[in-house]
Amino acid sequence: MAATIFLIVISAVFSQNFILVKFLGICPFLGVSKKTNSALSMGIAVTLVMILATLVTWPLYMYIMVTLGIEYLEIIFFIFVIAALVQMLEKIIEKLSPALYRSMGIYLPLITTNCAILGVAELLLVNDLADVVSGAAAGISMNLGFALLYALFAGVGFTVAMVLMGGVREKLEKLPVAKCMKGFPITMVAASFMAMAFYVFALL
Amino acid sequence: MNAKLKQYGKIAYDGLITNNATFKLVLGTCATLGMSTSAVNSFGMGLSVTVVLLLSNVIISLLRNVIPNTVRIPAFVVIIATMVTLLRMVLEKYIPDLYDSMGVFLPLIVVNCVILGRAEAFASKRPVIESAVDGIFTGLGLTCALTLIGIIREFLGSGSFFGIQVMDFKIGFFTNAAGAFFVYGICIALFMLITDQADKARRVKKAQLLRVPAEPLPPVDNTAVQATEET
Repeated sequence: MAATIFLIVISAVFSQNFILVKFLGICPFLGVSKKTNSALSMGIAVTLVMILATLVTWPLYMYIMVTLGIEYLEIIFFIFVIAALVQMLEKIIEKLSPALYRSMGIYLPLITTNCAILGVAELLLVNDLADVVSGAAAGISMNLGFALLYALFAGVGFTVAMVLMGGVREKLEKLPVAKCMKGFPITMVAASFMAMAFYVFALL
Repeated sequence: MNAKLKQYGKIAYDGLITNNATFKLVLGTCATLGMSTSAVNSFGMGLSVTVVLLLSNVIISLLRNVIPNTVRIPAFVVIIATMVTLLRMVLEKYIPDLYDSMGVFLPLIVVNCVILGRAEAFASKRPVIESAVDGIFTGLGLTCALTLIGIIREFLGSGSFFGIQVMDFKIGFFTNAAGAFFVYGICIALFMLITDQADKARRVKKAQLLRVPAEPLPPVDNTAVQATEET
């Protein structure tokens, strides 16, 4: 049990990192990673929505949609659930803590169209844990607890990659770069080197 | 009629080059990076996005006067999600190979920023035919870009071209994640360089056309300027 949990954590954060290995959530990775602070806020917001979305979509699919035989509607249902959750979260944060809303609020609407959220909801729709977590022993069946744990640490992995990129980009700003490499191209090349570092975990 | 054709031509040129979704706007990056492991995969992904883009653009343009402004984004998302669901069913039945290789990136077409972006910026304001032209050519621009990245990565990564073995070498770097970022970054840089040079060349040509050749300019009449300065 403990070994399984450890595997899920390592897999979600490092060896199957959402941004640098699976290519999910690249838009915020390129768009909001100019500063470490905003990268961290975005990462936390995404993690929060990921957990909430999994908490709703996983039981919805496994217990309701499969029973009713309407699995083919999953895309429409999921995107609706995510959009509603994001809207709700925005309103709650605005009421509870205006300070937090000011620092995080602007990122929330962007999250609806974030591949990472829909990606985690879609990826977790399997019956066997080994289909999601590479290296897990076959035969361990998926349940809501594992799904939530995976979503949490996928979010942590997303945040780690965002913050690292934020740090790299703060330094990149000060470097003399050829005109055609400015902006996206040099960021992509930097991301490529980070992906190389994360690839090592997949080899373990 | 001619003016209309010219307008369609401009929309097409914008979609293909000026506002190329992949290289210029850098939208829909997840699909570009994730599906460009081989030329066939990236071509399939590009065409799938084109189909969804065309259908959603047409439908949204038809409904542009019916959808209330306040709920337009959810309405667009539902239309796009429906199109993707239909596409998924068709691919599962008729092209199962592509369906399998696309995996999670097939449902993720819903959150591809290019599609929602064109719906919001173009289809929700323009008539149907213009929107259809825009959908097709934005999609084709994206398909060309994706296929180019796919060809480069496939060739360097496994020495093959559209699945046919051409040369006997393998550079593992290009088949994994790091290579995807690297090739994409370099491709954007090259695209910027080429379009910049083309722009510069065009500007030089225009300047040459405007220049008055042999005759010297007539002397400027300064009296009018002096008169206004004095008053």
